Amino acid sequence: MDVDYRELGTKVGIEIHRQLDTQYKLFCNCPTHLTREEAETIFLRRLRPTASELWEVDTAALFEFQKGLTILYEADPKTCCLVEMDEEPPHDLNPEAVDIALQAAFLLKAKPVEEIHVMRKIVIDGSNTCGFQRTCVVALGGEVEVEGRRIPLQAISLEEDAARKMEARGDRVVYRLDRLGIPLIEVATAPAMTTPREAESAALAIGRALRGTGKVKRGLGSIRQDLNISIRRGALIEVKGVQELGLISKVVENEVRRQLGLLKIKEELESRGLKAEELVFAPVDVTSLFQASKSTVIRRALASGGRVLALALPKLAGLLGWELGPNLRFGTELADRAKFFGGVGGLFHTDELPGYGITPQEVEALKAQLGLSPLDAAVLVADRAERAEKALEAVVERVKEALQGVPEETRTARPDGSTRYMRPRPGSARLYPETDIPPILITPERLERLKAVLPPSPEQLAARLMERFSINRKLAEQLVDSDYLSLFEKVAAEGRISPSFVATALTETMKSLERKAVPVDSLSDEQLYGAFTLIGEGKAAKEIFLELVEEMAAAGVSPEQALERLGVRMLSMEELAAVVDKQVKEHPELLAEKPEKALGRLMKMVMSQVRGKADPKTVAGLLREKLEDRHSSSRNT
Amino acid sequence: MEKEEISGYRHQALDALRKAGARVGDKVKVEREGEAVEGILMPRTQLGDPNYLVLKLASGYNIGVKVNGRAKVEVVESKARPPGAPPFAPPEEKPDLPLVEVIGTGGTIVSRVEYRTGAVYPALSTEDLYRAVPEISSIARVRARVLFSLLSENVYPPHWEKMAEAVAEALEEGAAGVIVAHGTDTMGYTAAALSFALQDLPAPVILVGSQRSSDRPSSDAALNLMAAVRAAAYGPFAEVGVAMHEWVSDEAVVIHRGTKVRKCHTSRRDAFKTVNASPLARVSDGKLTMLASEGFRPRNPTGKVRVKPRFDPKVALVKFHPGFNPEVIDWYVDRKYRGIILEGTGLGHVARLCYSHLRRALDEGLFVGMTSQCLWGEVRMTVYEVGRELSALGVVPLGDMLPETALVKAMWAFGQVSEKEEVQRLMLTNLAGELSSRILL
Repeated sequence: MDVDYRELGTKVGIEIHRQLDTQYKLFCNCPTHLTREEAETIFLRRLRPTASELWEVDTAALFEFQKGLTILYEADPKTCCLVEMDEEPPHDLNPEAVDIALQAAFLLKAKPVEEIHVMRKIVIDGSNTCGFQRTCVVALGGEVEVEGRRIPLQAISLEEDAARKMEARGDRVVYRLDRLGIPLIEVATAPAMTTPREAESAALAIGRALRGTGKVKRGLGSIRQDLNISIRRGALIEVKGVQELGLISKVVENEVRRQLGLLKIKEELESRGLKAEELVFAPVDVTSLFQASKSTVIRRALASGGRVLALALPKLAGLLGWELGPNLRFGTELADRAKFFGGVGGLFHTDELPGYGITPQEVEALKAQLGLSPLDAAVLVADRAERAEKALEAVVERVKEALQGVPEETRTARPDGSTRYMRPRPGSARLYPETDIPPILITPERLERLKAVLPPSPEQLAARLMERFSINRKLAEQLVDSDYLSLFEKVAAEGRISPSFVATALTETMKSLERKAVPVDSLSDEQLYGAFTLIGEGKAAKEIFLELVEEMAAAGVSPEQALERLGVRMLSMEELAAVVDKQVKEHPELLAEKPEKALGRLMKMVMSQVRGKADPKTVAGLLREKLEDRHSSSRNT
Repeated sequence: MEKEEISGYRHQALDALRKAGARVGDKVKVEREGEAVEGILMPRTQLGDPNYLVLKLASGYNIGVKVNGRAKVEVVESKARPPGAPPFAPPEEKPDLPLVEVIGTGGTIVSRVEYRTGAVYPALSTEDLYRAVPEISSIARVRARVLFSLLSENVYPPHWEKMAEAVAEALEEGAAGVIVAHGTDTMGYTAAALSFALQDLPAPVILVGSQRSSDRPSSDAALNLMAAVRAAAYGPFAEVGVAMHEWVSDEAVVIHRGTKVRKCHTSRRDAFKTVNASPLARVSDGKLTMLASEGFRPRNPTGKVRVKPRFDPKVALVKFHPGFNPEVIDWYVDRKYRGIILEGTGLGHVARLCYSHLRRALDEGLFVGMTSQCLWGEVRMTVYEVGRELSALGVVPLGDMLPETALVKAMWAFGQVSEKEEVQRLMLTNLAGELSSRILL
């Protein structure tokens, strides 16, 4: 689709969250890694919204409470203490995390605040045991440069990461407490990006600066991006949880397309003359029409005592099937609301019927009972009566919103770059002071000390790598932009393997594995270091680095185990000498050639047999010896 | 009034605010060296550095902004008056439900947050309770009154007297049970005090508090309150109890006997433990189950409470420890204290060098009772020579009575009778479950 995003008034803002690689969590002395161990303790909590001074309760918060959520927390003593369990007041704000955030502020040209105030942000979906997330602004302002444009930043904050959701079933949700409290740095831009590409580039630039602190975690879940996207006449949509940088432009494209589609639907509804008053919540019980239905959804609902409720939507025929994006129709938007508010599995709409086991006869009977004209549509929900009613009520609300265009809402990003309804936009964020933690003064002396040890800029870093390890600029820049810089330096400094090989392995090879959807994010630095050690010690050939890493990631095994599983091991000198001998004997004609040419051809032949099992240098050495032997002996005879 | 409006500010910050005529809640702009920050002025804690203003930014975050001599502060927008509270329709009361009176003394069992300033207000009207925990309206008819608004470390014996009288009054007016909302730090002491001051109780009296303040969604207050209301309205016992979480889960609340309960953790929800006995009851899933292994005093709707509210504060709780200077005992004797409760080691011991000082105390007519700093188990002063010697001096072993309960009981006993022998007799009589006849595993 050819879209002029600037013409459409596209505005995008980004919030980047990145886990910090600190020794301790933000408010206690627990380590900052996750665990795979069994939970030792499971406890239950219920969170209720707190009333403001006006007895107002945050809409989003109240909504969660009304769902009657039972929250189970899994805790184990290695990664969680009383603080995460909300059984002990928070300790002091982790000074290491503050230092990292201040260094990030310098790198992003932001201005540190003079005194940090930790706040509580109300979140009662259970992701935080307190019912709020602790968060604080560390610096204001700042900027990044993107394609010659300066993108202003709003703030750099520190906050605690949320608990890890393990399972959600109905009104029961299970969280693991290991992740809760890991420091996150958050960088928020102004809504200043005007194209999908610009948004992605800004995220890249910010990510580079954060990596520049040398203290951010890498790997799955260590980085999360939220987007705010709007177009002229559209609405501000918050998209949560974009995990990959490469997905940002796609999410923006899809969201702009969705908003344009909704505006088109609005126009269409206006031209059809639909008025809000015509949209009435008047569900009709049509269970009797579906007693003998072949639809599994309906049969299952009826078997467990449910009903089939229908709702007429005047003048909407054909619109429910309108595409708003990949796998997204207007009907999907209605279904998402029905699921969220009614807790139902989904809905049927007449634009997609007959189908899903519902026969043409049933559709005709339905239309007759509801008295639908050909211009009208209807939706069906099969579930317990009160859930079905709530679901249909939400559908009416959503269609009314369509008359206004794009409703403001919070959406969640999917791995394919599409978004789906997540929840209503929270009211003005409920932030109030965390009274358990006194304000923290940021002294000029502390800033001076940090400035003095400021990590080099990405450009300086690349230059330093080129100089020290004699690698080319492209590799150096790729390393700086990768999460493997410190690993590279460690391996390259040992001097056992050529730095260029290590650099290529950690950039291009890893990228090609990522493209193959190999879960390289799951590999720790220790595992990768182990793989390089095998190569450095001559136990594995360079040529099998890719296979080795792939095996480690796919099977979740150590480098040694991966090597064994691959069934390749290095040939012993005797074995290798035997192969070389054989080739030389079988090709006496080569002895007549010039020594260098003979060597080249023999090398090719030997290597085709021993690739991955022998170091080419060793092979060349052996061949040279052999050839010299041969030459001297033939001269003697 | 003006003082209130710029509360917490001192020195340069206060001067700058005065000059600008700024008050907490106003939107102000602070300009320094060509930079400006704008935000709503928040109150500042007295203990903070005096040269910083706290501003709430448009994003909702607070930051501290330094004001030096060159900073310019101006009011951009005067405090907007908060609109009145929206009308609240209290849940319909069911006339056939029992009446429970809630007496507020402090703590924040229910509170409201002023998000604008971050201030937390206790809320203790009947309406407030119904708004914050609407579930209680289906358990009982609730009436709330505020007696004090005290941090619990400021609760002293005269407050116990007022509480006892207020509870008795509520019972006489026909309450099926009474709840006392209390800060948790000294709630155990108050529970013991009411246990002795309220004799012949006809109905349950339940103290309730929260370990996580009610301004946070995870507060334990609501569940504790619901359990307290249920216990007060329907509990088959007529004793003073403390209703707090049984464990860290929001599942069960236990009712501890007022004389046997102690705060044993600084912060956990299940900080309160019954020592040397089983708790009175458990409330979970909306049901109350009795647990008291030694039996309990049954509810008696026709009975009439006798209030014995006097306490004499001239009793000391003295903890013995290695290096203890026995002149501490003399200090109390010199100041005409009437009793000393010793918190001895193990089975009830103190060092021999205390003997002469204790002898003096006893000679001067003080009551000296022995409890154990072990808390768990009873004192037994017949096993070791030290114990026997202390007994011979006249130090009275107080069984498994908790040190704090023994202190409160002695204060109460001296409030009732003046003869030391009478006090001793009361101290050794089990009046409210404070002495166990058997201690089970």
